[in-house]
Amino acid sequence: MLLIPCPHCGARPENEFRNAGEAHIARPAEADDAAWADYLYMRTNPKGVFIERWRHIHGCGRFFNCVRHTVTDRIIATYKAGDPRPSLDVLRAWSEHAR
Amino acid sequence: MKFSLLSLARNAVSGQTAGPAQWRSPQPRAVYDVVIVGAGGHGLATAYYLAKEHGIRNVAVLDRGWLGGGNTGRNTTIIRSNYLWDESARLYDHAHRMWETLAQELNYNVMFSPRGVMMLAHNVHDEQVVRRHIHANRGNGVENEWLSPEQAKAFCPPLNISSDMRYPILGAALQRRGGTARHDAVAWGYARAASAMGVDILQNCEVQAIDRDATGRAIAVETSRGRIAAGKIGVVAAGHTSVVMAMAGLRMPLESYPLQALVSEPVKPCFPCVVMSNTIHAYLSQSYKGELVIGAGTDAYVSYSQAGGLHISAHTLDAICELFPMFRRMRMLRNWGGIVDVTPDRSPVIGLTPVPGLFVNCGWGTGGFKATPGSGHVFAHTIATGTPHPIAAPFSLERFRTGRLIDEAAAAAVAH
Ligand SMILES: Cc1cc2nc3c(=O)[nH]c(=O)nc-3n(C[C@H](O)[C@H](O)[C@H](O)COP(=O)(O)OP(=O)(O)OC[C@H]3O[C@@H](n4cnc5c(N)ncnc54)[C@H](O)[C@@H]3O)c2cc1C
Ligand SMILES: [Zn+2]
Repeated sequence: MLLIPCPHCGARPENEFRNAGEAHIARPAEADDAAWADYLYMRTNPKGVFIERWRHIHGCGRFFNCVRHTVTDRIIATYKAGDPRPSLDVLRAWSEHAR
Repeated sequence: MKFSLLSLARNAVSGQTAGPAQWRSPQPRAVYDVVIVGAGGHGLATAYYLAKEHGIRNVAVLDRGWLGGGNTGRNTTIIRSNYLWDESARLYDHAHRMWETLAQELNYNVMFSPRGVMMLAHNVHDEQVVRRHIHANRGNGVENEWLSPEQAKAFCPPLNISSDMRYPILGAALQRRGGTARHDAVAWGYARAASAMGVDILQNCEVQAIDRDATGRAIAVETSRGRIAAGKIGVVAAGHTSVVMAMAGLRMPLESYPLQALVSEPVKPCFPCVVMSNTIHAYLSQSYKGELVIGAGTDAYVSYSQAGGLHISAHTLDAICELFPMFRRMRMLRNWGGIVDVTPDRSPVIGLTPVPGLFVNCGWGTGGFKATPGSGHVFAHTIATGTPHPIAAPFSLERFRTGRLIDEAAAAAVAH
């Protein structure tokens, strides 16, 4: 059971949340079949640092983003939906700590 | 060495010391006709059928760990073929039929035990889904039958069919020729038979990069044991498929999750079949050693941790205690996780990729053990001929672009 820091409510147990998959996947305004397939189905699924969405369904009800290392499951940071994706350099620095 | 009654007797009196190594452990060669990435059951079976049916013996099967140490050696070994869609029924039944003669085929006891797989219905929706499956299966020549609660209890006496359960049992689907097999033996049997035909099995050999030539064709793998060139490369890396395919610049329709299983202390034979409940998420059988073999769920999030949360297995045990009250005081001995590669439609991906020379067989997720022989068989054909085997054709990567999904997710709920 993960302890997940909701940016609105603070740290709460995993079973208050619903996972909502990879974050920062934007719906393309216009897309051919290949781009549409990519948007709908293709996922990064990395072994390492990963940015995902969670929704605090048994709490504030809000979506937010979470940076987690998928080998250790350690949560590196969470931030509000709509906030910009952390830069590559920031991610790299964070991942050093999460190994 | 050929296993027979005579060899068994000879070993019994010689203290089991006569057995030679079951497969060779050669040094990697510089070049192979085909390199298979992943020595799980599917990868080893692929190599076996490449050698046996297509005469391609200059083959290596690479694994980052030991052979069969991935999901093949971690699964609960349920074998059945009562999938909903025509494409799936053909694929899984092809495999199911191969299980029936696999021990003879490999001269290796894979302990296939068609003891019956029963899937429970707990509410009206379940009953409708189960009955729909039964009709669809029969239309495809796949046996599956409806049992009343009393018939279900007669088939599996430990089952609680009382009406005061939180999720009472309204009936069940039974595939009588479904069952289990010995997970390790499948990997070992294929490894032994493939090795005997000249296939090199290279363990502790992690693929770290895929080399491509100027035309984009995949031509070699860089491994922890050096560079290995290949005419063709087949990736059969289960939960790590996204990681390996990313080495060739490809994104896959996959997410990897830990899936857990656990076993109890061993007890005398008391559980005659396999029982699955998708609705309350429990599945159970008893191994020949006497342990209850229990499948739990996946974690809710992408992870490669190969562990899984305790609340996931506790949830399954709650369900099992309700379904089979006689197990309430059983102690669990071990639990573990495997990393399963899940597709959006819960059907596998078998076939060519946008990168020439690179083939993939993945997405078996929570339910590919049952498909091991058939998967290897159709994938070997696909690699050898460069065109998908007819049974594999609908399972192409292309389907995510064309929209022709084979949606066993909606059809089969969670468990496989
Ligand atoms: C707990 C659990 C229960 C399950 N229960 C069932 C069940 O009851 N019935 C059923 O049909 N299925 C079940 N499954 C699913 C089933 O185990 C899998 O679908 C099947 O075993 C996959 O076989 P495979 O050979 O493709 O994968 P694996 O056996 O996982 O083999 C893949 C191999 O690739 C190797 N590899 C990965 N990356 C690299 C690399 N970079 N270089 C070299 N090698 C690499 C790995 O080390 C691994 O050995 C279950 C799975 C789990 C985890
Ligand atoms: Zn919250």
